Amino acid sequence: MYLSREEEGIYQGEQGETLRRMMEILVALGDIYGAEKLVPVRSVQIAGVSYKNIGEAGLEWISDLQGRVVVPSILNPAGMDLCRWKEMGIGEEFALKQEETIEAYRRLGVTIDCTCTPYQIYKGLASRGDHLAWSESSAVSYANSVIGARTNREGGPSALAAALVGKTALFGYHLDENRMPTHLVEVEADLQGSDYGALGFLVGRIVKDGVPLFRLRCAPSVDELKALGAAMAASGSVALYYVEDVTPAPTAASEPDEKICLGRKEIDEVYLKYPGSGADVVALGCPHCSLEELKTIARLLQGQKVQKELWVCTARKIADSHPQLVAAIEKSGARVFCDTCMVVSPATERFDKMMVNSGKALVYLPGLGGVQAGLGSLEECIDVALGRRY
Amino acid sequence: MEIKCHKVASGRACGPALVTKDAISFLGNVDARTGIVVDPAHKLYGQCIAGKVLIFPGGKGSTVGSYVIYQLKKRGLAPVAMINIRSEPIVAVGAIISGIPLVDRVTEEIMLIKSGTLIEVDADQELVRIFGEDFLLE
Repeated sequence: MYLSREEEGIYQGEQGETLRRMMEILVALGDIYGAEKLVPVRSVQIAGVSYKNIGEAGLEWISDLQGRVVVPSILNPAGMDLCRWKEMGIGEEFALKQEETIEAYRRLGVTIDCTCTPYQIYKGLASRGDHLAWSESSAVSYANSVIGARTNREGGPSALAAALVGKTALFGYHLDENRMPTHLVEVEADLQGSDYGALGFLVGRIVKDGVPLFRLRCAPSVDELKALGAAMAASGSVALYYVEDVTPAPTAASEPDEKICLGRKEIDEVYLKYPGSGADVVALGCPHCSLEELKTIARLLQGQKVQKELWVCTARKIADSHPQLVAAIEKSGARVFCDTCMVVSPATERFDKMMVNSGKALVYLPGLGGVQAGLGSLEECIDVALGRRY
Repeated sequence: MEIKCHKVASGRACGPALVTKDAISFLGNVDARTGIVVDPAHKLYGQCIAGKVLIFPGGKGSTVGSYVIYQLKKRGLAPVAMINIRSEPIVAVGAIISGIPLVDRVTEEIMLIKSGTLIEVDADQELVRIFGEDFLLE
């Protein structure tokens, strides 16, 4: 792999031991994946934040690091709402460890925004054509597909290495040759809302780490694209997709050989297989709710009282800048939690079954959250929380 | 005897070989508090990797495995060096953040070395040195 004179100096330890090891990580990964060189990144989103995932081993490593990030860097969701963890049912011991983890990142100069939707809170982190080092799978998918930026799915140490060095190795989704569509997916149905999560749930399983190109009857909203990408990154490992005439197009126009046709029947089968019956909690906001989604939820809850716990997960920046909206949602008895979500928090363990409107949460909850999951539209989820269904 | 290799994580260390043809998932296969392989399905089950030159094809499993290697190192329970046929990101990153010399792209005949043979890994020179007479290669 080619290194500039300055990069070679860092690799040899001229700028200290932490940077030497960070450069070693970038070079090792570059060698493994056949990168020619390093490339500067505009921003970094760092994985390895929820103490539930990294444990004592990860916390020790982050706490021992010395240095400062050199590009804008934010975090993946944490294992709890950093302010209202007690209301989530999180224990003192976990909370203390989670706070230590956050502090360790703060010391490195990382901006403490814990969200899977960086693009919903900052405009300046990614534009079309930018190289990034993002971690969270749905954010990676959104950045590559909807924004048209370029990022691989980084692990915790490689994201931190990119943040401290300001660069990443040029391979994978940074290169045009790996951004060509592999499957054409034709959907003969009008879709809306959680249908996109169900569609992503199906397509991720089929295409695995491929690059699907969708031909749809209707144009999805940005929130629907967010849900589609999140589900495919969970049921498969899709990091890039295209929607004809909606997202930035691939650089070459040739149609992929593999073709998949899906319709209403296949989408409805997902709902039938994962019904909401028996749910004792409802959770929205996987990925984190946008302002528009919060407004819709507030409207549906207006004048109502929830009969079951209802969690609404979003980024703290959005909640903090719209306190009246949060108050309107919480007036129903629902809780707006920030910095975290149902997939990364241990708080799900006290429930039997969680009703969600997210294809991604549907994949992860049984394994990671220790709780069964049912899928429904946003309206159905709210109905379950209000005791109108089941 | 010297064998050529490719540097992944820098450094130089010497110790007795511990050889396995099984890939290792550090999260799950190895107990971070003891350095002992605790997965009964693994060929190294019951053995301690501390202080050894661990020779294995490569890593697998969860990326948290990188942090487990770091924890082992902090407790003095890590291998002194590691040799892979082909390193993947979990072990590569784990070795680098822990300061454990790691090399790969060695001949697969390295798997024929007897456990216990004294081995030196010199990542910076990209060389593996094998000491003793009864080392390998029937």
